[in-house]
Amino acid sequence: MITINQRDRVAWHAGMTVAELLATMAYTYPQIIVSIDGVLVPYDTYDQTPIPDESDVRVIHLMAGG
Amino acid sequence: MMTRHTLKVLAEAPYEPAALQRGYTGQTLYVNVSDGCITARPVSVNMRETFIGGRGFDLWLLWHGIRDTTQWDDPENEIVIASGPCGGTTQYPGSGKSIAAAISPLTGIPIDSNAGGHFGPYLKFAGWDAIEVQGIAEQEVIILINAPAGKVQILAAPDDCPTNTHLLGHWLNEQLAETEEDRKLMAFVSAGHGSEHTLMGCLNFSLYDRKRKDLRYKQAGRGGIGTVLRHKRVKALVVRTHPFGGDANRPADLNRIAMTGADMHREVARWDPVQNRMRSRGTSFLVQIMDDYDLLPVKNFQYGSHPETPKINGEIWEKRYTQHMPDGCWFGCTVACAHAVDNYKLQTGPYAGSCVIVDGPEYETIAGVGSNCGIFEPEVILEINFYCDTYGIDTISFGTGMAFVMECFEAGVLTREMTGGLDLAFGNANSALEALHQMAAGEGFGKILGQGIRRMKPIFAESFGIDRQFLDDIGMEAKGLEFSEYVTKESLAQQGGYGLANKGPQHDEAWLIFMDQVNNQLPTFEDKAEALHYFPMWRTWFGLCGFCKLPWNDVVDPKNATTDEPTKIPHHVANYVEIYNGVTGAEATADDLIRMSERVYNFQRIFNIRMGHGLRDHDAIPYRSVGPVTAAEYASRQERYDRQLVDWLGLDPATMTMEEKLARHRVTRTDRYEKLIDAVYARRGWTSQGIPMLQTVRDLGIDYPEVLEVIQKHL
Repeated sequence: MITINQRDRVAWHAGMTVAELLATMAYTYPQIIVSIDGVLVPYDTYDQTPIPDESDVRVIHLMAGG
Repeated sequence: MMTRHTLKVLAEAPYEPAALQRGYTGQTLYVNVSDGCITARPVSVNMRETFIGGRGFDLWLLWHGIRDTTQWDDPENEIVIASGPCGGTTQYPGSGKSIAAAISPLTGIPIDSNAGGHFGPYLKFAGWDAIEVQGIAEQEVIILINAPAGKVQILAAPDDCPTNTHLLGHWLNEQLAETEEDRKLMAFVSAGHGSEHTLMGCLNFSLYDRKRKDLRYKQAGRGGIGTVLRHKRVKALVVRTHPFGGDANRPADLNRIAMTGADMHREVARWDPVQNRMRSRGTSFLVQIMDDYDLLPVKNFQYGSHPETPKINGEIWEKRYTQHMPDGCWFGCTVACAHAVDNYKLQTGPYAGSCVIVDGPEYETIAGVGSNCGIFEPEVILEINFYCDTYGIDTISFGTGMAFVMECFEAGVLTREMTGGLDLAFGNANSALEALHQMAAGEGFGKILGQGIRRMKPIFAESFGIDRQFLDDIGMEAKGLEFSEYVTKESLAQQGGYGLANKGPQHDEAWLIFMDQVNNQLPTFEDKAEALHYFPMWRTWFGLCGFCKLPWNDVVDPKNATTDEPTKIPHHVANYVEIYNGVTGAEATADDLIRMSERVYNFQRIFNIRMGHGLRDHDAIPYRSVGPVTAAEYASRQERYDRQLVDWLGLDPATMTMEEKLARHRVTRTDRYEKLIDAVYARRGWTSQGIPMLQTVRDLGIDYPEVLEVIQKHL
């Protein structure tokens, strides 16, 4: 299991990438900042960046409304 | 061909347009349409340093123009319009906003509402930092501020002068603009017949679209200022300015602004195509995003998503917007989100068969008159959008009001007999349009609808026998203003963002849903209170200076991710510090900008108290914005609500009836909202009743005797 935003517990599987997690969570907003265990993930590496089991993943949407 | 009139001059005053210096002209224009008084008023050092401009100037002038007992339809109520020191800048995106204010017909307190278009900047270029319009004219009038001629006039509007904006605009062009160049240098503010017969009238701010060679309009929609304009028998405020260039605002340091602007333009060009696509879709991009996160209002805010949303999302609108190029509402804006649909053939109403330009639709309109009313037909949304604009009716109040009525109809408590035969079930587009035309004409059920939700509730209860508790629960208004278009049930911070907003529940003061609900960045009451201090103050500042807030947060270089507080977008905050200092010659810091807003924001709160509506009781919100009202609503998100009973209260939902579940949610959620209010008031330096404390007022330097007199009555 991994933890999203210090609240939501999500099932983990080997090879899980950031891009896959975002799709699973239906996080479709394009301006998102992702960190894994406190380390920022470059936005252009989401496809390749694996998420370790028991990770603390932060997905910060930079949405501030109209 | 229209008849070209020699318009009768009812009053006139010559003037020498004051030279702009560092974003200010140093004077405001006062026009009284009752007695024909036209006069210039100086901008004092205190007014400029404390209230900055825009919304700040509006509120300061309005405060001094009215009495404690002034109602919206009293002659002394004013419409005040100002841009702000940075308004009219062409080197940085989104620097041409106008902010209008008046005592609102819907709320009885000051309303401020902003719009794009050319009026505010042109007013400054014509020599005025703001305009105040007071009085009620004996006949229909046009106010003309004519800088090239060096005079301000109150003109009699002849009988053939139209009222609805799309016709009035062409009429004004014919009457007042000799050449194409004249049209480019003229801008006006108008309303329409809908403003005459409803309390939710909007103001249309024109812009002459040089590519289309035609007029377009942006709306200051909220709070019924259009209603005030038409009650004053003012058809239009018109400004004509001299030809101007990129230094028209006479900034202290043009190069400083240009350098900052160039960086921002590059950022927009690089990142907008892969982020929100404002340049191709405008704010309509939000429709699908809101649906994806269960935040799109559907059927009077009952639900947050709907399977038919793809029929009205940004992809659809990108195809419908006809120029297929960026469309700005002020010169030099590279975010350019102000799209339009050309040659739309109207299907209903008095102009059926005519081909018109429909400005937008923008997110709030799509969600308000579309999904929130169960309408997923783009043609209908365009039709309602056009007619609301030309009639001078706010699309948000119309949409939220119509959704309220539709839920009453679906619940079986409002019937055809009560609506004059209209079948107002969700999704019934024909009846929604018929009701809109009735609103504009002041006829039938539309006349009731046009009063807004707060006034509909007692009518429905007393005349139709509908349960008042049900109406209070589902009627999405606070302070008398209809909610804008976001579902807030799972974001306590945004419930506060709406409930604590000075003007009523409009999202331009705070939009914290993602920070709170999705990102979980505000887990404690104190965290939420801090956000409900910083962000309303930051966003207030845009309205003081003449900025649009969209370039702040709708396109962002990913380098922002490495900053300490990415949600504040620090490098854009730094840009605004640069632009403000570059225009005014000041050396303000980011903290100083927040301080500017704190002064105006607290002043507005005290203004509300002065008008009898600014205390804790007035920050209440309907339960529909807090939690599930009905069993069907609960059942639609049962897994979520049941889980919350376990997580929040340690209850076993399997052993509870629906009534018990709804009741426990209501008690818990309502209590959380009250605790949030306590935390926010404490952070803002207010008493537990929501009154700014004496020390707060003194610290901010707004401890004027008349301000102290208001708050001391309640302390």
